[in-house]
Parts: sequence; C-alpha cells; structure tokens
Amino acid sequence: MITVRYFASIREAVGKELEYFNYGEEFQTVSAVLDFCRAQSEQHGEALAITKAVRAALNQTLTSLEAQVADGDEIAFFPPVTGG
Amino acid sequence: MPAQDFSLSPFIEIRVQAEAFKPGEELDRWCARSDGAGAIASFVGLVRDLNLGDQVSALHLEHYPGMTHQALNLIAAQASAKWSISAVGVIHRFGDLLPTEPIVMVMTSSAHRGDAFSACEFVMDYLKTQAPFWKREKTSSGTRWVEARESDMQAAARWEDKG
Repeated sequence: MITVRYFASIREAVGKELEYFNYGEEFQTVSAVLDFCRAQSEQHGEALAITKAVRAALNQTLTSLEAQVADGDEIAFFPPVTGG
Repeated sequence: MPAQDFSLSPFIEIRVQAEAFKPGEELDRWCARSDGAGAIASFVGLVRDLNLGDQVSALHLEHYPGMTHQALNLIAAQASAKWSISAVGVIHRFGDLLPTEPIVMVMTSSAHRGDAFSACEFVMDYLKTQAPFWKREKTSSGTRWVEARESDMQAAARWEDKG
C-alpha cells in the first residue's frame, strides 16, 4: 500500500488530504503515481494538471518525479512552497 | 539550558510551533549560551500587512507536519557544511497569524561575522523554496493562497555555485 497526501491549494481542489492505494507494478516512479492520481476524478485531474507547478515529496523529503517508489512509501503532492 | 560544546559539531535547534514567540527573548537566550562564538547573525520575518496592493487581515499557514522539521534540519545542516558556524537556530510558526507578528526567525553563531551573515541568509533562502509551508491570506475580497515568487527561486539558486 502507498499513502498519498495533498497540501494547500491542491488539497482543496482534490477535496481530500489523504488517500491510500494498493501498491502495484504501475507505481514504479513518483511520476507514475502522479499520473495515477490525476486519473482518479475530474477534481484530481484539474488539481494536478500538467500545466500546474506540482512539487512532490517521497517519504517526507523533496523529490524529483523520476524517483523510485516502493511498497509502504508516502508520497505528497503540493504547490511550490511559500513559507518564511 | 546547559552550555553547548561547539567544538564537537554544530548545534542545531529547530522549532515549528503554533504559539507566538518574542524575537528579543529568543536572541537574548541565543547570546547567553553562545559561549565561544564571537558573532551572531539573526533574521526575523514578520507577517505582511500589505501584499500585492491588498490589506491583509489574517494569515493561515499550512505545513506538512511529518516533513517540516526534517526539512529545516537538513537546511541547517547544509549551512553548517558550507560555512564555519557553531550553531543554527530556526523558529517557524504555523496556523493562524496576524499581520506584523513574527513568523520566522533564524539565528547563526560563528567565530566571525562573515560566516554568520552568509549562513543566516542561506538558511532563509532555502527555507523559502524548500520547507513545506503554504500561506493563505485573508483580505477584504476573501482568502487566497500566496503564490511562490520567482525572485525567491533565484535567491536560492545563487548559492548553488558558491562555496
């Protein structure tokens, strides 16, 4: 199983902050997980649209979309950060 | 608070909190225990009361609880590896804040001011682009997510080719 979290404007647009998916071969990379999430619903598709700047974290560390995903991982998608 | 032995490894203190803090008290505390450091640099960021021409009446700061602390810790460690500093402190708030309240504070200790200044600026620049916080402003026309600024990305990128 993998955990997917959404934050800020993406969380609002998706309509949930957390989802679990059974781990499968299709989740090889963070990019593949993102594609899978985009296809979950119309809201997901809009929130995570290719035209939007989506940042990702893998197991609570910033990651590139090419990073490998394993069973049990936590992936997060969010807009560019605006702290400080 | 016991004195820190800075000869071993840099002391790193990260605090992510909903509660307000007083920069003056934090700096006094930092100075009081920075034995051996001849220079301390600090930066305090306050919540803007005006942004993009609109009066801001409140700010909500969302964060990623599991990730925030370790992201800040990593930035502090990177600063310690780049410059000769004996201590780095970062305080960052989350939740509901009011305009002009302190939102972030960075403190760096070193034998000399150059490293303390550079490390302090580096920590702020990296925090702006890598720590998982998102601001939501309340203005007279409703609430809006604050957009990331290109100038912040450029500020962080300029450290890449510097020792």
